[in-house]
Amino acid sequence: MGGEPRMAGEPIASANQANGTARAQGATVEFRHVTKHYAAREAGAAAVEDLSLHVPPGEICVLVGPSGCGKTTSLRMVNRLVEPTSGQVLVDGEDVARIQATTLRRGIGYVIQQTGLFPHRTIAQNIGTVPDLLGWPRSRTRARVDELLELIGLDPALVRDRYPAQLSGGERQRVGVARAMASEPPVMLMDEPFGAVDPITRERLQTEFLRLHHQLRSTVIFVTHDIDEAIKMGDRVAVMRQGGHLEQYAPPADLLTKPVNDFVARFVGSDRGLKRLALIRLADLPLEQTSLARVGATIQPPRNATDRYTLLLDANERPVGWMNLAHMPPGSRAAREAADASSPFVRAETTLRDTLSMMLGCSVQTAVVVDDDGRYRGVITIESIAQELRGSVALLPGDATPELAIP
Amino acid sequence: MSPGDPFIRWDWVASHLGDIWLRLEQHLVLTGLAIGIGLAISLVAGIWSSRWPWLYAPVTWVSGVLYTIPSLALFALLIPITGLSIVTAEIGLVSYTLLILIRNIVAGIRSVPPEVRDAALGMGCTRRQLLWRVELPLARPVILAGLRVATVTTVGLTTVTALIGQGGLGYFILDGIQRFFSTVLVVGAGLSVLLAMAADGLLVLVEWWTTPWAHRRRG
Repeated sequence: MGGEPRMAGEPIASANQANGTARAQGATVEFRHVTKHYAAREAGAAAVEDLSLHVPPGEICVLVGPSGCGKTTSLRMVNRLVEPTSGQVLVDGEDVARIQATTLRRGIGYVIQQTGLFPHRTIAQNIGTVPDLLGWPRSRTRARVDELLELIGLDPALVRDRYPAQLSGGERQRVGVARAMASEPPVMLMDEPFGAVDPITRERLQTEFLRLHHQLRSTVIFVTHDIDEAIKMGDRVAVMRQGGHLEQYAPPADLLTKPVNDFVARFVGSDRGLKRLALIRLADLPLEQTSLARVGATIQPPRNATDRYTLLLDANERPVGWMNLAHMPPGSRAAREAADASSPFVRAETTLRDTLSMMLGCSVQTAVVVDDDGRYRGVITIESIAQELRGSVALLPGDATPELAIP
Repeated sequence: MSPGDPFIRWDWVASHLGDIWLRLEQHLVLTGLAIGIGLAISLVAGIWSSRWPWLYAPVTWVSGVLYTIPSLALFALLIPITGLSIVTAEIGLVSYTLLILIRNIVAGIRSVPPEVRDAALGMGCTRRQLLWRVELPLARPVILAGLRVATVTTVGLTTVTALIGQGGLGYFILDGIQRFFSTVLVVGAGLSVLLAMAADGLLVLVEWWTTPWAHRRRG
């Protein structure tokens, strides 16, 4: 992970305004009683039933649900690739039906799963598609293309004149995102944008996109069928079910702790307590302190009488490892060689899930929390994570029902 | 052809270079016109057929029927109407290009991946921009493949137009048959074959030059 630290469940916009870097350029998107029915012969697209949804500017709203739940249909009604049977979609308060379709679409970023890059056009031409349609001067488009390529971590000189087939799947997805951002649209629609790449690349693309979004602040509507992706990406998540019904619309943490019904509870999964751990960062928890020793100094009696270990720090306050007090009694001189370094060192923005996973991987019960320079800040124990887990699980209604175990 | 005559009399070739050039030129014009007009008609028919799919069946039916009419019969039928003119020749020649060209244009446009079309529309391309900037360029390899077949066919077929007095390399072939003179026959037929091969090769080059994305791989 390692993206920008984000507070669990906290809408990014407000978190950002708090530290004064907000550049509110996103638009509000609102669905008002939107219904879409298809005639029987137009099979293949899913219907939507009376969808009402409000997406505040600058937020990422994830539409998630099983196939046939109408999430893609809903997304495509924002840029009028699908016209609603009834109801309205509003962007910044204006009914999209009143805006000419091509004008509307040029102002909305659009990213799809198979990227939809034009195979016959170079990367620069692909990214410059909307600027071209908008009639930007060549030099401006060119500068913007290079800027975007830098932003997505590709070398403009190397990539600019290549064709999509000459890039890897992950690079193509990045270019697809860059193409959608080219004219800095206030709204971006992303339909399973990372669905066609391997899990490791997907994870990286997700984190990169969150970082980009943190800078760009456009309003994003993001469709996925993957609840983990929804929880990671969304400021708010709309869970939909077959037939196009919205079941719950809430920040990810609320979705996990307070699913409104069995469908949502089942959809977020029986491991939702664990998933919630991915939303909490160590910085959100009070850190515990432990007995400390310095390299070369004599070992002091333990801070708590029950402590069996003491943590050895070097001259720069960086942890070296744990020393067993049974072998190194107070009064003896602390030596680097005696320290066991198997316990993981984690930074405050690490999620509880990753921390727990590292602890399990190292077969230890305690992780050492360090700051950006690697200096000791405190420790986190498996008990305090378990407590957090119990806290969230206790809030779940009807948790004992066995059918909830079905994914 | 009297026995003892050589298969090709090079002295005849040497003394008739001007004549040969004239017929070659006529042949090129007849073929070029037919391909040009055929391509224009086919583009319109093909584009309409991919936009309104119900048009495709009648369009291919008509062009298919035209394609099956023997060329000699077609010319014979047209002479009372358009006379022994270049119009008669071109109507015949163009008719035979339509089926192949229309089919390839429609197949080419249909081969454009749906997600590419979706992305183009989703970014705000108009229908026309979609067609000219995305669909036709991507259909180009398939269209050019059809154009190659149509061109090679038409080069051969153009020899028949000599029958209605339109010249071309067919003139030599007819002359050779009438006079039992193998040299002219070989010159006419041979040049026709060479012309077909040259045109085919040229179109391969055109395809290569206009589709750089298709033959550049990762590297």
